[in-house]
Amino acid sequence: MTITMAAALNTALRDAMRDDDTVIVYGEDVGRLGGVFRITDGLQAEWGSERCFDTPVAESGIVGTAIGMALYGLRPVVEMQFDGFSYPALDQVISHVAKYRNRTRGAVGLPIVIRIPYGGGIGAVEHHSESPEAYYAHTAGLTVVSPGSPGDAYALLRAAIEYVDPVIFLEPKRRYWQKEDVELPADGLPIGRALVRRVGTTATLIAYGPMVTTAMEAAEAATADGWDLEVVDVRTLSPLDTDTLAASVTKTGRAVVVHEAPRFAGYGAEIAATLSERVFGHLAAPVLRVTGFDIPYPPAKIERHYLPTADRILDAVAHTLEY
Amino acid sequence: MAAVWQEVAPEGGLQDPVDHELALDDARLRSLYRLMALGRRVDRQAVNLTRQGALGVFASSHGQEAAQVGAVFALEENDWLFPSYRDTVGVFARGVDIVETLALFQGSWHCGFDPMRYRVAPLTTPLATQALHATGLAMAARLRHDPIVALTFIGDGAASEGDTHEAMNMASVYQAPVVFMIQNNQYAISVPVQLQMHTSSIALRAVGYGMPGVLVDGNDVLSVYGAAREAVERARHGGGPTLIEAVTYRMEGHTTADDQTRYRSAEEVDHWRERDPLARFLTVLREAGVADDDFLAGIETEGEAIAARMRDALYGAPAGDPCEMFDHVYATATPQLQAQRVTLERELAAAEATE
Repeated sequence: MTITMAAALNTALRDAMRDDDTVIVYGEDVGRLGGVFRITDGLQAEWGSERCFDTPVAESGIVGTAIGMALYGLRPVVEMQFDGFSYPALDQVISHVAKYRNRTRGAVGLPIVIRIPYGGGIGAVEHHSESPEAYYAHTAGLTVVSPGSPGDAYALLRAAIEYVDPVIFLEPKRRYWQKEDVELPADGLPIGRALVRRVGTTATLIAYGPMVTTAMEAAEAATADGWDLEVVDVRTLSPLDTDTLAASVTKTGRAVVVHEAPRFAGYGAEIAATLSERVFGHLAAPVLRVTGFDIPYPPAKIERHYLPTADRILDAVAHTLEY
Repeated sequence: MAAVWQEVAPEGGLQDPVDHELALDDARLRSLYRLMALGRRVDRQAVNLTRQGALGVFASSHGQEAAQVGAVFALEENDWLFPSYRDTVGVFARGVDIVETLALFQGSWHCGFDPMRYRVAPLTTPLATQALHATGLAMAARLRHDPIVALTFIGDGAASEGDTHEAMNMASVYQAPVVFMIQNNQYAISVPVQLQMHTSSIALRAVGYGMPGVLVDGNDVLSVYGAAREAVERARHGGGPTLIEAVTYRMEGHTTADDQTRYRSAEEVDHWRERDPLARFLTVLREAGVADDDFLAGIETEGEAIAARMRDALYGAPAGDPCEMFDHVYATATPQLQAQRVTLERELAAAEATE
């Protein structure tokens, strides 16, 4: 059946709550309203206000209380309403969510999922289009995932909720309404594995979250130039599946990493460095990055000039081929 | 036994102090004093071990024994305690092995005990963050309809943090069974409480959160216990959270690395020394005929034995296996961590070979 990513995520939450009564969902406006993006639509009606409830506007409070809930044996799935509003919770995320297992010498793991709609492209006002993935990926103890399609959104969210350690679940909000023909429950690769979405030979495009679709568009357009591009969906930003990336680039010899976040010290730098460490001898050209510019996220009316496009990706591919 | 505290009026302001009669038998009274006295002994030993280099740093509870022990004494076995880094004596009173607790200050690990075993969260250094953990656990207990209460210690310094506000507000919204025990020890490191807030009492904030507020003499253990016990039992029976401010004094510097002469006078410290919580309680017990010389001698012997065990365990203790730093980051080490572990193992093997 044809389903949007928003509906797939909603179904994943519903199925997880059905299968495990320790799963509870809370955050700002997730109850009666069903979330500002409707990802939690109907959960409170179906499971009651003890399993799905609204909170005061207090992001540190949401994440901090989730730690206590997890200590008690529940599996909280909490929502940060927008990427730009996830920052008040960073102290709890970095100081405790990420470190609790380590602080307690392995005695206490925290099965918490923190869902964050992220990224631009929806014409939003400032602070609603951020790409904070590098902050999380840089933090030891966190597992960071971001789905690239509706089916994988379902599979990854189910896996995240069942995971033994805390997961930062980054939802590409501009793709919430993108559709895919997929049957739910959808199976997916486990957390920690990247997915080759398109097999090719000319060069490897490496993307995650909202840029998976853009990379696929670029690959389809490239066939007109006679290029056969491989597209790897990273899926799990931490821990990174370097084996799948290395295998792809060993085959193609060229790689372009794509993300919306600014370039400097961004996640693409980690991928480029990892590839140069692992498969330097197979590279026919430097690993290039197609990213946002090193600026605060721009105003909505000019954001399309900031966001990576298929054309920009193909320009980068051309550079690797001309090298 | 008499206890006294002031409640915050629902419309604001402190009500007159009210005397309460505590139903504590002699054995419980002696137990309370014993924990305070042993707590002071292990605290002093920890300070000394720091001076001798066995601990890297230590945040003393000296002067705050009544506030910590009195509050912990109000908890039942299945309740939870969420301490800060200055609550070693409270954690000791909860039954956690003192050597395990001191792992944090020793530098052998961040938390040396199993929180699930003792129902005590790790000593927490980012201020007030633990107040939200306590609130979350209490919310979970309420969702599960379990008669379990969480008590968290917060300092006057931490009371300025945003997490204190978020915790109190959320606890109140969800009527979570949590007790916020604020130990107002008069200082955030060097900054006196008068410069931290423009109010005469932290307890008054309770009005704004719609929860009961209590102001208590934090150096009077019976009053602390009485106020805490009432709050704990109210929480357990669906009455929601309580904010208690226990007014006390930090007799030592902020930590063993602090120089308190830079910001307060010896006269001020002496003023509080005369209000020492142990001496005050002992006077009460002696007048009631509950404590005699044999009882005190027994505590001293027990304290010396614990102190000797601390010295044996901590003095010259070897560092652990460096490779353990990779073991608890995730339930299963990632491929990246496995590779980094191999790197360190090679370094260690090479170093051993050249020795």
